[in-house]
Amino acid sequence: MIIELGHYALVLALATAIIQAALPVLGVRRGDRSLMDLASSAAIVSFLLVFFSFAVLTFAYVTSDFSVRNVWENSHSLKPLIYKVSGVWGNHEGSMLLWLLILVFFSMLVASFGRNLPDTLKANVLAVQAWISTAFTLFILLTSNPFARLVPAPGEGRDLNPVLQDIGLAIHPPLLYLGYVGFSVCFSFAIAALIEGRIDAAWARWVRPWTLAAWTALTAGIAMGSYWAYYELGWGGWWFWDPVENASFMPWLAGTALLHSALVMEKREALKIWTVLLAILTFSLSLLGTFLVRSGVLTSVHAFATDPTRGVFILAILVLFIGGAFALFALRASHLKAGGLFAPISREGALVLNNLILTTATATVLTGTLYPLVLEALTGDKISVGAPFFNITFGLLMLPLLFAVPFGPLLAWKRGDLAGAGQRLFAATAAGLLVAAVLYHAKNGGPILAPLGIGLGAYLILGAVTDLMLRSGIGKVAGRVAARRLAGLPRSAFGTALAHIGLGVTLIGIVAVTAYETETVVEMKPGMLAEAGGGYTLRFDGMREGRGPNYTEDSGHFTVSQGGVKVTEIWSSKRLYSARRMPTTEAGIRTFGLSQLYVSLGDEMAGGGIVVRIWWKPLILCIWGGALFMMTGGIVSLSDRRLRVGTPSRARKAPPLAVGAAE
Amino acid sequence: MTRKQKRLAIIGAGVGFLTAAVLLVMFAFSQAVAYFYVPGDLAKADLAPGTRIRLGGLVEMGSVKRGEGKTVTFSVTDTLASVPVTYVGILPDLFREGQGVVAEGAFVSGSPVFVADTVLAKHDETYMPKDVADRLQAQGVTLGGKENIK
Repeated sequence: MIIELGHYALVLALATAIIQAALPVLGVRRGDRSLMDLASSAAIVSFLLVFFSFAVLTFAYVTSDFSVRNVWENSHSLKPLIYKVSGVWGNHEGSMLLWLLILVFFSMLVASFGRNLPDTLKANVLAVQAWISTAFTLFILLTSNPFARLVPAPGEGRDLNPVLQDIGLAIHPPLLYLGYVGFSVCFSFAIAALIEGRIDAAWARWVRPWTLAAWTALTAGIAMGSYWAYYELGWGGWWFWDPVENASFMPWLAGTALLHSALVMEKREALKIWTVLLAILTFSLSLLGTFLVRSGVLTSVHAFATDPTRGVFILAILVLFIGGAFALFALRASHLKAGGLFAPISREGALVLNNLILTTATATVLTGTLYPLVLEALTGDKISVGAPFFNITFGLLMLPLLFAVPFGPLLAWKRGDLAGAGQRLFAATAAGLLVAAVLYHAKNGGPILAPLGIGLGAYLILGAVTDLMLRSGIGKVAGRVAARRLAGLPRSAFGTALAHIGLGVTLIGIVAVTAYETETVVEMKPGMLAEAGGGYTLRFDGMREGRGPNYTEDSGHFTVSQGGVKVTEIWSSKRLYSARRMPTTEAGIRTFGLSQLYVSLGDEMAGGGIVVRIWWKPLILCIWGGALFMMTGGIVSLSDRRLRVGTPSRARKAPPLAVGAAE
Repeated sequence: MTRKQKRLAIIGAGVGFLTAAVLLVMFAFSQAVAYFYVPGDLAKADLAPGTRIRLGGLVEMGSVKRGEGKTVTFSVTDTLASVPVTYVGILPDLFREGQGVVAEGAFVSGSPVFVADTVLAKHDETYMPKDVADRLQAQGVTLGGKENIK
């Protein structure tokens, strides 16, 4: 019964979405306030309905109601509670419902916190959000109904794919979707602006917090997915340039560009048309990602089911929204007035360079991801475009950006002084080169590129710190004055610095792991020793059998020693999940500072030995640590008073008391 | 600089950068792309030794031999032809005889043995690399994957 109620709530949500999609637009045309106001209430009702629907599905999972087909296919009564809950989105139908839930969640946020948006803009934005949610609710109801029943109800479920039974996977999809779908708000704002044919700096100020929030969540989601792949798949890699990874990476790149171009628009009223285009592009890439991952054109852990009608349906949504958006853009873009002159060497110029490089890089990733699909459709040839392609193109294209990043914040708006900025970055550059030289010496030569890469990372970090130092006058004025000035800097200045530091930290991690990791594959019998890299030695002590709630496992025990002294021990295991008879590798990982020792087990050999794969991953935690910096930067920026969601210019009219309270 | 010149400078930089990107992509496509073959296609493919390809098919029953230490040999078949493969390292969890597999690597000059550096059989027990499934279905082989679902 409750299941049917959940299903029914979703149907009601569709009806509400259709109302929200049509009437507010009509209201804007007729200047009818009551029709426009309908958008907000509809958005809130829509959210409550979808939330209820989602809660019902979660309830079915938690109570292991196998009469629901979706639960039977993806759950098991013995599964730990947390994986019963995360199992809700560990499958096609449930994950689409989560997608929808987050979409209406954002609409609800716009409705509740967008009080100071102009009425017409708000009505249009919410209507566009409803167009999207109508399409996706239809998709769920018509092709991917999670509430379909199974008669007679089986006694036991088929369990969730074991590699998805992991805490990282419990959090990764919601975060990723918060990012993906968060960009829908930017898209809706762009479309609303095109419909109205009017756009100004205030628009950018309204859009930027949403962009920041979505970008921060997407950063977290991608980092989490990467870390999950690293420790759960047992291959020791952290990024595979897999099409599904690219699907999430492209909106991130475009979103990063959008974040920067919205800055120019907000401060200088320039790059309007470009910013609108980027907002459309970013969400289009999110939709494309959803299509690639959910339609089954790609086979991967994310393609839960391949059903051709679903692929066609999502493709139709994709074509409709992207095509419609670009058609509208082509019609209306010329109406938007350009403004804000600037010299090529200026803050604006630097941000244009940022946008140029990021969008070109996005385009190459897109090319590499889609080329095999297009080629197969055209000629029938099957090819794989792997990591080498992306390393060459993406890596080389991004290189100039990395050099330019510290310059950006040091250049003045309108007309900048490149030589002056270079002079002020002298210390950072020198320190970067010094790091490279010392490292080159310490490694007794070896490849020169790796030390240079790490030096570049150091230069990025110090460049960001230089900006903060210059702004606060550290070293120029008395310490107390500088401290006060530093505290008085807008939070977004810290956000920028933190995000740029994060870029440097990630770069250092990537270069260190790529250049200096060691991999040892060795057959070991109990008592044998192996050099593990990083100065550590590994002794294999033997195997032990164990069992968990829904699996059995063989674990290998290893003792780690350094210079003959025992440091720690590692368990590495292979699990067999009973319901699906599916084996998985649970790598044994130990962290030493920022580096990790990674041990995964292979096959047992005839003579009683076992193949062991040992990696030494120097500074690998920097890769995700950098992402953490970027996220922190996003959150700090978001907390900037000037940017707080729904605190644009009109806040000045508020009584002084309220302003004081907000400080 | 006049407005026109400024705009020209920005457009010029953009076009220059895009050209570089296009050249880079074309270069990378000529270097870093692997074509997919099943064993039956190899005879007519006429590959130069050392060309990187992806070889897909089923792991032939009874063909997996663990050699000394870490080397594994097995055969990949599409039921029409079969190719011996050697691989050094740890096979994926889901590598099994009779199941779908994709091996990436190259033939060494003058030898019929395919030397793989990557073996994929990933993620799911019913996983069949899409390429393999398509080719095998085209050749009328029924896939064993479905019966495994209890």
